Amino acid sequence: MLNPTQLEISRRNLLITSAAAAAATSALPLSAAAQTSQTETELTSTVAFAVNGERRELNIDNRTTLLDALREHLHLTGTKKGCDHGQCGACTVMVGGRRVNACLTLAIMHEGDEITTIEGLGQPGNLHPMQAAFVKHDGFQCGYCTPGQICSSVAVLEEIKANIPSHVTTDLTAPASASAEEIRERMSGNICRCGAYSNIVDAITDVAGTRA
Amino acid sequence: MRAFTYERASTIEAAAASAASHPSTRFIAGGTNLLDLMKLEIEVPTHLIDVNGLGLDTIEKTPEGGLRIGALVRNTDLAADKTVRRDYGLLSRALLAGASGQLRNKATTAGNLLQRTRCPYFYDTNQPCNKRQPGSGCSAIEGFSRQLGIVGVSDSCIATHPSDMAIALRALDAVVETVKPDGRRHAVPIAEFHRLPGNTPHIETVLEQGEFITGVVLPAPLGGRHIYRKVRDRASYAFALISVGAVIQPDGTGRVAAGGVAHRPWRVEAADVALPQGARPATAALLADARPTEHNRFKIDLVERTLGAVIAEAKG
Repeated sequence: MLNPTQLEISRRNLLITSAAAAAATSALPLSAAAQTSQTETELTSTVAFAVNGERRELNIDNRTTLLDALREHLHLTGTKKGCDHGQCGACTVMVGGRRVNACLTLAIMHEGDEITTIEGLGQPGNLHPMQAAFVKHDGFQCGYCTPGQICSSVAVLEEIKANIPSHVTTDLTAPASASAEEIRERMSGNICRCGAYSNIVDAITDVAGTRA
Repeated sequence: MRAFTYERASTIEAAAASAASHPSTRFIAGGTNLLDLMKLEIEVPTHLIDVNGLGLDTIEKTPEGGLRIGALVRNTDLAADKTVRRDYGLLSRALLAGASGQLRNKATTAGNLLQRTRCPYFYDTNQPCNKRQPGSGCSAIEGFSRQLGIVGVSDSCIATHPSDMAIALRALDAVVETVKPDGRRHAVPIAEFHRLPGNTPHIETVLEQGEFITGVVLPAPLGGRHIYRKVRDRASYAFALISVGAVIQPDGTGRVAAGGVAHRPWRVEAADVALPQGARPATAALLADARPTEHNRFKIDLVERTLGAVIAEAKG
C-alpha cells in the first residue's frame, strides 16, 4: 500500500506536469504576438510584494493572476482555485488586511502590497484561532473551500470591528454586530459545495464571541 | 487570456492620452469584471493602463453641499462612509446589495458604472450576440430571457445593466466627471451616461475612447426615507431580477428608479409624479413602454409589488 506521503508527492507531480503542459500551450499566442510588434519583455513585468511577511520578487507574464502567482510561482498551494471567475471565494486572500478574490486581480498590480494567505495565518501546531474553531466545529467536509472560508472569516470580523455595514444591517447609523445573520450575509461570497455552512457560522460566531 | 502590455499611469492626463493613442486599451482599477471578461476573451485589450496609483480615492464635500466621490473609492469604503450612510442611505444600501465582500473591497465607483451586462448570451462565446460581436444577432430575444430587460429594449439587444450602485446614483441625480483625451474636463448627468441599446448595443456609454472618469458628484442631500429593495433568486450574492430604489418624503412625494429592467438605470419623470398615487400608477408610468418577452413578463408585476413594499416601508 502507498503511504500517504508518497501518494501526496505523486499527485502533486502529476499536477505540476499538467500545469507545465498548460503553460506551454498558453505560451503560443504570446510568441505569435512577439512576432508582430511587441517584444516578449513587454509582455512580462517585474513585481515585488510581501507574502506572509516575506519579500518576494517575480518576473512574470502580465496575465498572471495573483492566485496563479501564489500557487504556481511561489508554490503556496493553500490558496485554492475553484471557479477562477470570482464566484466561489475559494481563492480568498488578504491584501493589506482586506479580503479579495486572488483570481480576479493581476499579480503585477500588487507592487509593494502585503499579502496574507492561509499559510500566513497559522501553521500545524500553531493554529490561528479561526483555524482552531473550524476544526472544533467541524466547519468543512472535503476542505477545498476551507482556506478561503477562513481567510474570509478572519477579514469579516475585522470588517465588523471597523463598523463596515452589510446588506442585513438594520440601522446604517448604528455600530455593526457579529450576529449569525450578519455573518451569513458577509460570508455569501464563499461557497461550500459540501454544505458545511451551519458549522462554519458556529466556528465564526465562536471566535467573534471569545474575542473580547 | 490574450497577451497585453501594461503600464502604471502617473497622471490622469497621461492615462487619457495613452488610452487614446493605443487602439485597444482598457483602464484597469479593481479589475473584477474586466479580468473575468478577459479570461473568457470577451474583452481582448492589447494594452492595460493601471490607474490605481492616481489617488482619486477620497469622498469630499462640495461647496454646493453635496459630495464628490473619487473614481477609485472602493465600493466597501463608499458604502461605509459616515456621510453617505447618514445622508445618502440609498447609495449605501444599493452598494451593499451588490456582489460579495471580497468584490466590494476591490470594485471602484467608476468601474461599477462601466461593468458589462451579465446576459448569459453575452458570456457564451459560442452564441451570437450583438453586444459582443456587432451584427451577429441576438440570442436572448428568443432565448432564455427570464433575467433580461423589459423596457428600452431593441430588436438588437435586451440586455440589462447589472449595477445596483447606478440605480441609486440615478435616483440621486449624480453627475459623472471625466477628463477627455485632450485634457478637457467634462461632466455628464447620470441620466445621459448610459445609452439605450438601439442598433449599437456594443456602445454602452457616451464616453469617448480614452475618456477617463475622475469621480461622481452627488447634489445636496434630499432628506426623506432612502430605500433600496432588490429581488433575486437567492438572498445574497446574486444579480437582481429587479430592484427598486426610492427616496420618499413624509408627504409621499419622491423619486424612484428601477434596476434589472433596462440597458441603463431606469427612471421616468412621470413615475416620480405618480408616486404619491401609489405603486400601480407609478409602475404604469415607469414601465409604460415595456416590451417584455414571454419569459420576463413577470417583472412588470414584480416591480409594482416591490414598489408597493417600498412605499409601505417608507410610511412605516
